Amino acid sequence: MKIAFTTSGETLDSPLDGRFGRAQRFLVYDLEKDYYEVVDNRRSVNAAQGAGIQAAETVVRTGVGGIVTGHCGPKAFRALCAAGITIYSCGEPTVASALEAFKAGRLQAMDSADVEGHWV
Amino acid sequence: MIIAVASGKGGTGKTTVSVNMARVYGSRVQILDCDVEEPNSHLFLKGTLLEREVSSIPVPMVDESRCNACGKCGGFCQYHAIVSLGTTTLVFPELCHGCGGCAKVCPAGAIREEGRRIGVIETLETDNVTLIQGRLDVGVALAPPLIRSVKSRLQGGLPAILDAPPGTSCPVIAAIRGSDLVALVTEPTPFGLHDLKLAVDMVKELGIPFGVVINRVGIGDDRVHMFCGERKIPVLLEIPDDRRIAEAYSRGELVVDALPEYRSRFATLLWNIKEFWSNGRGVNNVRDEN
Repeated sequence: MKIAFTTSGETLDSPLDGRFGRAQRFLVYDLEKDYYEVVDNRRSVNAAQGAGIQAAETVVRTGVGGIVTGHCGPKAFRALCAAGITIYSCGEPTVASALEAFKAGRLQAMDSADVEGHWV
Repeated sequence: MIIAVASGKGGTGKTTVSVNMARVYGSRVQILDCDVEEPNSHLFLKGTLLEREVSSIPVPMVDESRCNACGKCGGFCQYHAIVSLGTTTLVFPELCHGCGGCAKVCPAGAIREEGRRIGVIETLETDNVTLIQGRLDVGVALAPPLIRSVKSRLQGGLPAILDAPPGTSCPVIAAIRGSDLVALVTEPTPFGLHDLKLAVDMVKELGIPFGVVINRVGIGDDRVHMFCGERKIPVLLEIPDDRRIAEAYSRGELVVDALPEYRSRFATLLWNIKEFWSNGRGVNNVRDEN
């Protein structure tokens, strides 16, 4: 299974971005192959509206089963759920520590959006 | 003739100018309150409500039995109001601008449209004035379609005064486009001047003849006057900073009713506008001499 992390950087020690729709990038980690790639989210960062929905489209295309981020608004939540992606809320500072928490089963799947849209 | 009353800065006196001009118009006139997020002309023109009509925009409905989630609709929509994810297509009606493009590009014919309410349009009648106002529903972010809908009720052949929302963005453009002349209301303060400049750039871009109304003359400084002089922008009217005007306003009274000495000023404004309009668009400086 592959899992995505919102991040402002390009490596495992980069910060985990607390925002979903307007995160700079997604680090997509393949748990079986122990390998990752970075997907740009610039189009959504610059979107006038619907950034969460567009970011969800980008994430769906990567073929991940889950996304680890800080918070998730209602539209992004609806889009990700419709695509069958599990959303994990996480307060870890970096992608690496979030990945560790995920592997250890310490991350809770979200069952609803936890912030309003445009919360930052 | 359609006279639009606009401003960069809010609270400069658009509604005051619009409703008082309507009152002294002298013949039957329509006033269109296009400030649909906070219409308030009706507070001053207390008319009888003739009609209230719900205004809607068309939003997509997806027939899941036909949809194969090809994603063409989502690829077309600039506003991310419709998106195909995996096997399903989702609609976010609150983001939809009602263009109908998704239904047109859908190869499976899976999208039909249905109306989504965005607000109401009310028509009121008082003396010689027909007031048509849009009232956007709370939480709806789509002023331009409602403004266009208000304007579509404009009766051709009858003069109209159009009270625009403040600013220089889409709702203002939707309101003033197609008008014959724009009166930009400002105040002689640095803030007023700053936003007047933006408004001037906007009307120039739209190519509509325009003049300036300076409200609350006596406060601030003379930079608005200097700006208009340098740019050869006609000053259509000056309204002094008179506490009694504010008092009348706070009671919901028309200035020309509460303070009859102002009738001639608003009549002069109308005269200036008509003169300015018939005189080949804006070379004359028709500064009010009062």
